[in-house]
Amino acid sequence: MEQLRYEAPDTLEAAVALLSGESGVTRILAGGTDVLVQLHLDVIDTPLIVDIKKITELREIVKDGGAYWIGAAATGMELMNHPDFGADWPGVLDGVQLIGSIQIRGRATVGGNICNGSPAADSTPAMIAAGAVATIAGPNGRRDIPVEDICVGPGQTSLAKDEILVSFALPARPANSGDAYLRFTPRTEMDIAVVGVGVNLTLDGSGICTSARVSLGAVAATPLLVTEAADALIGTKIDAAALDNLAAAASAAAKPIDDKRGTKEYRIKVAGVLARRAATIALDRARQG
Amino acid sequence: MGRAPSPWATSIKYEEKDLKIVGGNPSERADAADKVTGKARYTADYNLPGQLIGKVLRSPHAHANIRSIDTSAAEALTGVKAVVTCADFPDMAVEHAASGELMVNFRDVTRNVMAREKVYYDGHPVAAVAATSEAIALRALKLIKVDYEVLPHVIDVVEAMKPDAPVLHDDQFTKGVEPAPDKPSNIALRMESKLGDVEEGFNQADLIIEREFNTKPSHQGYIEPQASVATYTDGGQAEIWTSTQGHFVMRAQVAKLLQMDVSKVKVTAPELGGGFGGKNNVYLEPLAVILSRKSSRPVKMIMTRGEVFRATGPTSGTNVEIKIGATKDGKITAAQAVMKYQAGAFAGSSLPLAAITVFTRYDLENVLVTGYDVTSNRPKVAAYRAPGAPMVAFGVESVIDEIARALEIDPIEIRLLNAAKEGTQTHFGPQLGRVGYIETLEATRDHPNLNIPLSPNQGRGIATGFWFTLGAETSATLNINEDGTASLIFGTVDVTGGSRAAFAMIVAEELGIPYENVRTMSGDTSALGFNFMTAGSRGTAAGTTAAVKASRDAITRMCEVAARKWEIDVDQVEWQDGHARPAGANVGNFEPMSVAQIVKEAVWFGGTIAGHAEINVANGGPGFGAHVVDVEVDRQTGLVKVLRYTIIQDAGKAVFPDFVKGQFHGGAVQGIGMALNEEYIYDSNGVMENPGFLDYRIPVASDVPMIDTEIVEVPHPGNPYGVRGVGEVPIIPPLAAISNAIHDAVGIRMRDHPMSPPKVLKELDDAEQAEAAE
Amino acid sequence: MARQYVTANINGEEIDFLCDPSQTLLDVLRDELQLTGTKEGCGTGDCGACSVTLDGVLVCSCLVLGAEAEGKTVETIEGMADGDELHPLQRKFIDHIALQCGICTPGLLVASRSLLEHNPNPSETEVRYWLAGNLCRCTGYQNIVTAVIDAAKEMRGN
Repeated sequence: MEQLRYEAPDTLEAAVALLSGESGVTRILAGGTDVLVQLHLDVIDTPLIVDIKKITELREIVKDGGAYWIGAAATGMELMNHPDFGADWPGVLDGVQLIGSIQIRGRATVGGNICNGSPAADSTPAMIAAGAVATIAGPNGRRDIPVEDICVGPGQTSLAKDEILVSFALPARPANSGDAYLRFTPRTEMDIAVVGVGVNLTLDGSGICTSARVSLGAVAATPLLVTEAADALIGTKIDAAALDNLAAAASAAAKPIDDKRGTKEYRIKVAGVLARRAATIALDRARQG
Repeated sequence: MGRAPSPWATSIKYEEKDLKIVGGNPSERADAADKVTGKARYTADYNLPGQLIGKVLRSPHAHANIRSIDTSAAEALTGVKAVVTCADFPDMAVEHAASGELMVNFRDVTRNVMAREKVYYDGHPVAAVAATSEAIALRALKLIKVDYEVLPHVIDVVEAMKPDAPVLHDDQFTKGVEPAPDKPSNIALRMESKLGDVEEGFNQADLIIEREFNTKPSHQGYIEPQASVATYTDGGQAEIWTSTQGHFVMRAQVAKLLQMDVSKVKVTAPELGGGFGGKNNVYLEPLAVILSRKSSRPVKMIMTRGEVFRATGPTSGTNVEIKIGATKDGKITAAQAVMKYQAGAFAGSSLPLAAITVFTRYDLENVLVTGYDVTSNRPKVAAYRAPGAPMVAFGVESVIDEIARALEIDPIEIRLLNAAKEGTQTHFGPQLGRVGYIETLEATRDHPNLNIPLSPNQGRGIATGFWFTLGAETSATLNINEDGTASLIFGTVDVTGGSRAAFAMIVAEELGIPYENVRTMSGDTSALGFNFMTAGSRGTAAGTTAAVKASRDAITRMCEVAARKWEIDVDQVEWQDGHARPAGANVGNFEPMSVAQIVKEAVWFGGTIAGHAEINVANGGPGFGAHVVDVEVDRQTGLVKVLRYTIIQDAGKAVFPDFVKGQFHGGAVQGIGMALNEEYIYDSNGVMENPGFLDYRIPVASDVPMIDTEIVEVPHPGNPYGVRGVGEVPIIPPLAAISNAIHDAVGIRMRDHPMSPPKVLKELDDAEQAEAAE
Repeated sequence: MARQYVTANINGEEIDFLCDPSQTLLDVLRDELQLTGTKEGCGTGDCGACSVTLDGVLVCSCLVLGAEAEGKTVETIEGMADGDELHPLQRKFIDHIALQCGICTPGLLVASRSLLEHNPNPSETEVRYWLAGNLCRCTGYQNIVTAVIDAAKEMRGN
């Protein structure tokens, strides 16, 4: 710990260079709500922390037409305070608003939420359901990947050691679209999802679901994109039968473990319950929008 | 409890009188302004020049022999000034002492503060380091090599009682069984207590309900982690600032553990950031003193939250079987309890307290209570607000509810029918004096919240609780200052911040001076004679008696001054409305003297005026409370939401009513947390999995509703103001009240604590399947 | 590694300090600057006792590195009263007995002030959710919620 070096570069290139130049374990500091906890609990011992919050591009939330670019180091609170974001992507905001507490959201970032690699990250299922694409910068330039390809296991991401998550792109939405995220926790706040479900869907003029994406959190080693669950909705008016099929598909896709936060049996069941409830909210939002 | 009541204990009789101050709500509290500005100093806010930081190396194993400890690399690290292990502590013989509501055994205490031959739980201290910085101390801990021989472990109380369970202590043979066993066991004690004949009582019953209940340990969850700052000076003296509920008891225990004279140890209790019984025990204090002695520097130690969870508290996990029989009219004919209580690593759980509170709300003829005190590989349990009582009340109050429903009797009426009252013979010895259970139940029955309609999946539950009030050693000095103001120095720890205000109100009432003229403060161990700790709801109740005695003593001294000035006998002077006055017209015509006038004259007529109390206060008046809770159950997720909560409790006399209500709120919310989510979770190696506030889920503000409260006042005859202890009763009923409400909402009986969503959902599913099968 | 030189505005004063790169803002406040009104209850952002504002944003100071405070504005409990005059929230906390042991009180006051800056007229539910990151084990939260609503009313001028 005493060798710890703190660096706060102004440019992405400098940040990548710092990471490339360090042979030991490194940590990128955005909101710090996971990294500093790991330091405090002595689960990581790192010689270098690279604070990315001074890099302008990583802090920006840009709306262009209907599309959004969200800097990886934009905080939850900044998204909550954005004049339009909550109206355009209410389901993503549902997830962001559930991260920790007000204090945590004042610091925690959506980028960090995903890069921490927790399958229970609250903002991730809604981002996956939204079809967000992540831009990643490294020594060899930039690459784009779907958000669902970032987390590859508990605490693990597909990013190389010297790569930095730059931003997320959310596409412009067709009319009659709605999204929602619900999670189950024993407490109302300050808790980690036992199960999380993100649903994003679009209706045509007659109310038939033309596209849908469903994502589950905390029921497997990574957040899941569940196409079978989405297929249960597509082509239907999201009636009771479709919701039953959705719930069954969500429960079937859940591959949880027993842990201190919930049992396997419980998570499988509640995944279906929450999928149904989240889809109902998303449907209401789609009808209104 | 621990000790038998003394015939020489002090109680001052209750007198009904018009009160000017007591029973009102003062505009300010001595502690409050400093607490809202950040100026209040807690132990962790104290720093001494040249201080080192101390850290503890803790066992990663639930149960292991310590083969060896090599501290040489740690000692060699630059910045490390002292390393200690059990070799630095003298071993202790078996010797018991009261420490709060529970008893301690010094042989075990020394092993708990620093493991000797074995480690008994994940988090058990094995070494400690003092270094010039926290970072260096932490690095030094990693350099200490402990050679463990890992042993099989046991966590659960029922498992620990099995004949083939790993035994923690080879020298522990079950007490209380005949003939004495020849094999060691995790059962430290079997106890039995009875009244009448339960067999006969059950024969008279038309309905017998027998149920088994399980509870997990829960932690006090105070927000201030344990902290100690200590300095050992060359004269062989130690001075300690520590987060404790009883600095005199800490002084005694540190002196004993380190073989020092009590006179050479001084302990100050700074502001305390919550205790709830969890700060009745020594943890860091002896380590900080030893490290200071070895390094010749002051040492500061603060636990991390993880250390607090792994190595302090919690309350006992339990297995409780309750069997109650009643006639078809609802009269209880017999009540039986078998209670298995975890003590943690060393014997001495809250079992004896559970035994005396289990049925003590009811007037019963036939009672049989059997209890087991059981060691297992968990931290040694500590007191937690009404220690032992919530778990047995969970069982008893659930079974009473079940009986009431089966017999179609209102749950309040069945309690009224069987209510404990003055003269009720308890199964553990004494008869109850004047108590307010019936008045509490009647107020509950009449409460408007019982008429609020409920929707589907909502339910209402009722449960009641009883707790006694400790007395014990209590000292106070009331100094009448040279400007006529008064300063009360008391020797208990003001664990809630309310005692200072309450004592000032009492002193102002007694002296007849304004509340603002009285300042009260907790003195360090050099300021007063011995005080027992703040435990057993005794803080305000016992403190009131001491404050009254000290006030009346000071009044006598002031009357003496007036008598000497007026040249009359002291018994011709009376004290009224803050003045010494001639007692009647024939005594003479003297102008009454105020406190300020008397102290001006005091130097000539006697000297400085102070009043004293150095007494053993007799045990106080038992308190009773009733809780009514409305919940809503989400049938698909098992989530239980508390919609509405109502508390009715007998306070005897509420000295500071708004503060008493604050005690009701806080106790109930702790009880709600305990009921719904709080539990210790262990992995298969016996390592605690949730040692933090994220996964040990105490309630947050958005989890609970506003709570309605009603104070019932049935004065306790043995307290000058009728005060009963109020702090502990409110945590007793919530478990059962919530369980009863869940049943009312969705028809399932939760008997396995906590009533967390996975368990509730499983019960709902099982009930649904059972129904489908029929 | 050399200690880092940091300049920050703390409670309205420009203050400079040296800190170890691993020290949190909480460590700096308590150990380097003797601003011990900010409390540590967990060190992991779960209890809120260390709440401060950083450039006006409510944060747990245990989850901020001291070095991150460079050039920023930090407000702690020590800056809440105006000299001898308590902030309305501080007065209402006393009036409504919104504190018992008091260890959580500084964090709750800082969080409550932040709430009223965002929402001068919060409902009971809004108060409860905003303060959900601040654990209190003594009061059951009831009197805290009442005090915040009452302070908000006074601050709105009615």
